[in-house]
Amino acid sequence: MNDNEKPDKTRRNLVVATSAVGAAVGLGAAVPFVASMWPSERARAAGAPVEVDLSRIAPGELAVIEWRGKPVWVIRRTPEMLASLKAAEARLSDPRSKASEQPKYAENEYRSAKPDVMVMEGVCTHLGCSPQLKGADAKGEMGGDWVGGFYCPCHGSKFDLAGRVFRGAPAPTNLKVPPYTFVSDSKLVIGEDEKTKGV
Amino acid sequence: MVARLWQWFDSRMPTVGAEWRKHAAEYYAPKNFNFWYFFGSLALLVLVIQIVSGIFLTMNYKPDANLAFGSVEYIMRDVPGGWIIRYIHSTGASAFFIVVYLHMFRALLYGSHKEPRELVWIFGVLIYLTLMGEAFFGYLLPWGQMSYWGAQVIVNLFGTVPFIGPDLALWIRGDYVVSDATLNRFFALHVIAFPLVLLGLVVAHLLALHDVGSNNPDGVDIKKVKGPDGHALDGIPFHPYYTVKDLVGSVVFLALFCFVMFFVPEMGGYFLENNNFIPADPLKTPQHIAPVWYFTPFYSILRAVPPLFHSQFPGVLAMGVATLILFFLPWLDRSPVKSIRYRGTLYKAWLAVFVIVFLVLGYLGTEPTTVWGQFGFDAFFLDTKDVATWVARVGTVIYFLFFFLMPWYTARDKVLPVPERVVYH
Amino acid sequence: MKNLFALLLLAPLVVLASEAGYRLDRSPHDSRDLVSLQSGARTYMNYCLGCHGMQFMRYEGLKEIGLTEAQIRDNLMFTADKVGEPMRIAFPPKEAKAWFGVAPPDLSVVARSRGADWLYTYLRTFYRDAKTPTGWNNVVFPNVGMPHALWPLQGQRGLEIVSHKEGGHATVQYKWSELSKGTQTAAEYDATVRDLVNFLVYVGEPSGVYRRPIGIVVLFVLGLLFVFAYLLKKEYWKDVK
Repeated sequence: MNDNEKPDKTRRNLVVATSAVGAAVGLGAAVPFVASMWPSERARAAGAPVEVDLSRIAPGELAVIEWRGKPVWVIRRTPEMLASLKAAEARLSDPRSKASEQPKYAENEYRSAKPDVMVMEGVCTHLGCSPQLKGADAKGEMGGDWVGGFYCPCHGSKFDLAGRVFRGAPAPTNLKVPPYTFVSDSKLVIGEDEKTKGV
Repeated sequence: MVARLWQWFDSRMPTVGAEWRKHAAEYYAPKNFNFWYFFGSLALLVLVIQIVSGIFLTMNYKPDANLAFGSVEYIMRDVPGGWIIRYIHSTGASAFFIVVYLHMFRALLYGSHKEPRELVWIFGVLIYLTLMGEAFFGYLLPWGQMSYWGAQVIVNLFGTVPFIGPDLALWIRGDYVVSDATLNRFFALHVIAFPLVLLGLVVAHLLALHDVGSNNPDGVDIKKVKGPDGHALDGIPFHPYYTVKDLVGSVVFLALFCFVMFFVPEMGGYFLENNNFIPADPLKTPQHIAPVWYFTPFYSILRAVPPLFHSQFPGVLAMGVATLILFFLPWLDRSPVKSIRYRGTLYKAWLAVFVIVFLVLGYLGTEPTTVWGQFGFDAFFLDTKDVATWVARVGTVIYFLFFFLMPWYTARDKVLPVPERVVYH
Repeated sequence: MKNLFALLLLAPLVVLASEAGYRLDRSPHDSRDLVSLQSGARTYMNYCLGCHGMQFMRYEGLKEIGLTEAQIRDNLMFTADKVGEPMRIAFPPKEAKAWFGVAPPDLSVVARSRGADWLYTYLRTFYRDAKTPTGWNNVVFPNVGMPHALWPLQGQRGLEIVSHKEGGHATVQYKWSELSKGTQTAAEYDATVRDLVNFLVYVGEPSGVYRRPIGIVVLFVLGLLFVFAYLLKKEYWKDVK
């Protein structure tokens, strides 16, 4: 107060009240501006769950599906492929997926809700490149002990056929598993499960 | 705690505190400001609103002839809260002109353009002209029919300038018609160039004002009578007195603003024109094109002037002169007094007629020239029988007479004695 | 000052322009009537979407008018397979142009450019006209390229336009005649068109539904701020004498 007058109580109270309501108005005004920076309806629609027909994928074949702009891999794993998971186990850095990201139903050695159907985000957990499928027959290229899995061309990370990372690779964790649900035995919806529906 | 933090800051950067004192805490403003003195701070408020909402619109708008219209609808529908931001910006555009027109009218009422505030006035006119440019560029961006044909018509006005006209219009458009190139450059001018100029001019306007001090409804110089503390007796510090007062004004203004935004965002087709919800179509002109309401007084003047020597240029010239003449107002006004309170009937009458003419011209500019029907008789001088055109012609003449005769009637006017100090309560 | 205001008020304000042409009927639509909006959506999907897309409107948006995703998917979604997709037409615009002379316009914002009253009148004033290529004509949109898409509902009507001249004033009379009955009575048809227009108005501005309620809250809060700001101003200005 420049007139050296003690601000009396009403004045102070009014300043506080006006500032409080003024701040509320300011916050309210900020709402649409802040909201406008979230994904739009178009982005949400583009990121909507994707349906996959499993009967159209041959066993052992890699199908790449786009979901929210990311590649999602679906493989109907053959018995040999499933067996390779056991064989690789000793050399993995996180075989039980304790430190990795996946829905509850995929927190097992197969990292999937059904052992024979693999659903995996094809994005390397190291720096975001997309790894390639290298079958068990790629021993010449991948080394004698290769049992089949994924290889990231950017920095050489190796993953098994459940997306689990081999020790000694730059990638810190196993590949991410997106949320998904089986709507029937042969139909799969990626991007939607009990949890995402609850939100 | 806050005080210590401030002390720490102030000892390292005293400029901030000094400027605050100079422009707010120790800026002594006359204590008799009335209703008309709200519009300066309101104009500043609208400027901030437009800049903030504009920044957020830019995040989703696409300055591309194929995408622009759709991106506006995308903002209106798909972007969360986008419709609020868009309506803020579209309402703000019109609100800006309402506030600025009232602010300018205040100057005419109380002689704020007169010595020693000529520079304040000149910066103000520059702000007004820049704002017109800003509004014109911005109006093309939604890429609707009115955007497109409005831009087409206005750019063609430049084409009527003798000798260089056609090339000038081509250069402004960057194409043979208004096109993607035009849209893209108008976008750049609207979001970067003109706002920057506008901000600079606003700063100049305020600095010039604070150097000479504010005028007041009595038009007396409050600095003539000073108290023992060296401050004008009729002055009060801008802060807190006018900050709290302007806060009240701002809240009322925002309430009106929000009423328009939430209940009548199109304002009956004046703020958002119906035809602008049709995507731009270079092959089909809408039946009736009119500029947005804030340009219509000048558009009326343009239409009122008949083509001479097979050229539209005289109309364009008249429109240009109608705006540029504002620069000369401080020197056209020869009255010894500032405020309308002490001016004679001549000035009062002229000002009243001028305001009416301005409003009528504004209204006519939004309507087709046939709006008031046609004369039922023939006369050799009637090049057009539209009544509205003739009203606009008379209006145009009065508009110019207000300025051209001003040196005469303001000097001749019988003025009242001006008091020594402001009249308050 | 005071007399200046008086002068402003007395200024000749608006002289009503004489409207040329057919008088538009007032559209009785109501944006809060969800049943009407849903019926309008159904009419649109069945009769209009064949030619007129709504490229800015997503099927998902129909949830806002009280429909569930399953209802949208099963009953209304003929031209897309995801609810997030916009309402595009099944008909390629090029072919449409060849058929009707002009490509049928997208109707996302038609209610904002034409206005509800125009749409309400337009959809109810088609008549048979042998002189046009489609055999149809319209009173508020003469020589329109579109045939009467809703004629099975309204039936076919003929029109005779009679103009009288009485002392300089020309008056026009519209004489309607029924050529064949539709499946709906006149009142039912008016209701169908009202619902359709209601839907078009909704699609023109989906935010229109919550604009007003939000506005009321905003104005209320600003009113509260006004009270405090005004008291604060009063308090400070006690110093100024």
